[in-house]
Amino acid sequence: MAFTLYSLIQTAILCTNAIAVLHEERFLSKIGWGVDQGVGGFGDDPGVKAQILNLIRSVRTVMRVPLIIVNSACIALLLVFG
Amino acid sequence: MDLPHHGYRATAKPRARAAPPTADSVLFDDTSSGGAPAMNSQAYYTPGYNMAAPTNDMQGGVGVNNLFTDPMANAAMMYGSSLANQGKDMVNKEISRFMSMNKLKYFFAVDTRYVLKKLMILMFPYTHQDWEVRYHRDTPLPPRQDVNAPDLYIPTMAFITYILLAGMALGIQKRFSPEVLGLCASTALVWVIIEVLVMLLSLYLLTVHSDLSTFDLIAYSGYKYVGMIFTMLCGLLFGSDGYYVALAWSSCALMFFIVRSLKMKILTSLSSDSMGTASSAKPHLRLYITVATALFQPIIIYWLTSHLIRRAFHHLHHTVRTTQTEPLSTHMIRVPRVRYGDIFCIISPSLVNPGFYLSTFDKA
Repeated sequence: MAFTLYSLIQTAILCTNAIAVLHEERFLSKIGWGVDQGVGGFGDDPGVKAQILNLIRSVRTVMRVPLIIVNSACIALLLVFG
Repeated sequence: MDLPHHGYRATAKPRARAAPPTADSVLFDDTSSGGAPAMNSQAYYTPGYNMAAPTNDMQGGVGVNNLFTDPMANAAMMYGSSLANQGKDMVNKEISRFMSMNKLKYFFAVDTRYVLKKLMILMFPYTHQDWEVRYHRDTPLPPRQDVNAPDLYIPTMAFITYILLAGMALGIQKRFSPEVLGLCASTALVWVIIEVLVMLLSLYLLTVHSDLSTFDLIAYSGYKYVGMIFTMLCGLLFGSDGYYVALAWSSCALMFFIVRSLKMKILTSLSSDSMGTASSAKPHLRLYITVATALFQPIIIYWLTSHLIRRAFHHLHHTVRTTQTEPLSTHMIRVPRVRYGDIFCIISPSLVNPGFYLSTFDKA
C-alpha cells in the first residue's frame, strides 16, 4: 500500500465530509445521538458517547465553511487535471 | 566516547556556572565558549541563545569591521545582516504561532550518553528497572538528565536511516528509482500520522487526562523505526532466517517498551472523577489502548519492511551461490556480487554525522 501525501489529504477531506454530512434533526436525533441526548453526566467523566457527539457537533460547526472552500477547490482541480 | 569531549567539558564548566538559573538554562547552557570564530557564528543562532546573542553580536560586528576597509562594503554588510535578522524574526514568529518552539527544543536536548542508553533500552528493555519520568518542579526533565523521557532525535534519525536502508534494499533488487524513495518516505510518514491521530482520538474519547502531548506521541510512535532498521539489517545480512529472528526479537522488545512506558502515563493518570469511584469501564479501556498500541508495532514493522526484503533474499543468496559453486561458468548471471561493505558504507554516514553535532552539546 503506497501512500502519497496527496492520498492522505484526500482521506482527510473524505472523512471530514462524512462527519459534517450527518444532519442534526433528520438523522442524529432519530437514532438517539442528538445534541440534547449526550450531556448526561456533568462534572464527572462524560463517557464515550457524549465525547463522540461533542466531536461530531464541533466538527460540523468549525469545519463547515473551510470544507466548502476545500471541496470546491478539489472539484475544480479534478475537473481541470483529471 | 568520553575522550573527545574532555576539551569541550573543560571550557564549558566556567561558562555553565556563569549562566543564570532560568528554566532555559536547564536545556541550553552555552557550551561554545570558544574564541572569536565561535562568537561570529553565535550571532546567527536561533532565539534559544538569546542571553548570549546580544553581547556576541557586538563583538562579532567589531571583529568583522576591522576586515573591511571599504565603508560601502561595511554598510552593505550591516544592512544585509539586519535584513537577515528581520527575516529570521518574522519566520520564528510565524512558526511559533503553530507549535511552541520551546516545547520542540525540549525533545532535541539530548546527548550521546542518553542516545546510547536509550537505544540499548529499545533493543533490550528487560533489565531496565525504573520507568518513571522524573520531574523538576512540575516540568518534566529534559532527555539529557532523564533516560526515560521521550525525545524526537532518535525517531527522526531512525526514520531517515530507514529511508536510506529502503533505498539500498531496493537497489540490491535493481528496483530502485528516485520516485520509489519518495514514495517509501511518504508511506512511512503517513503511517506515523495515522497512528498518532488514532492515539489522539482514542485518548480524547476516553477522557484520559494524561500529560501526553502530540510530540510525546510522535516520539513513542517513532521509536519503532529503530526496530525496523535492526530487522532490515539482519534481513539483508543474514537472509530470511535472520529477518524473522530479528523481527521477533525487536517486536517483543518494542512491545515491552511501549507497554511499560505508556502504562505510567495512561493507566495511572488522574481521571476527572473527583469522587474517587472509578467506573468499571475505564481501567479496561485504558488497558485496551495500551495493548492495542503495543500490538500495532510488530504489524507495522512487518508491513513496512517485508516487501523490501523478500525479494532481496533471492538476489543475495543467488549471487553468493553462483560465485562460489561455478566460478568458471561461461553463462554466468550478470548480477553484481553484493558487498556487505556497501551496506556499512551507506549506513555509517547517517549514524556518524549526528554524532559530530551531538559532541558539541555534551555536558559534563
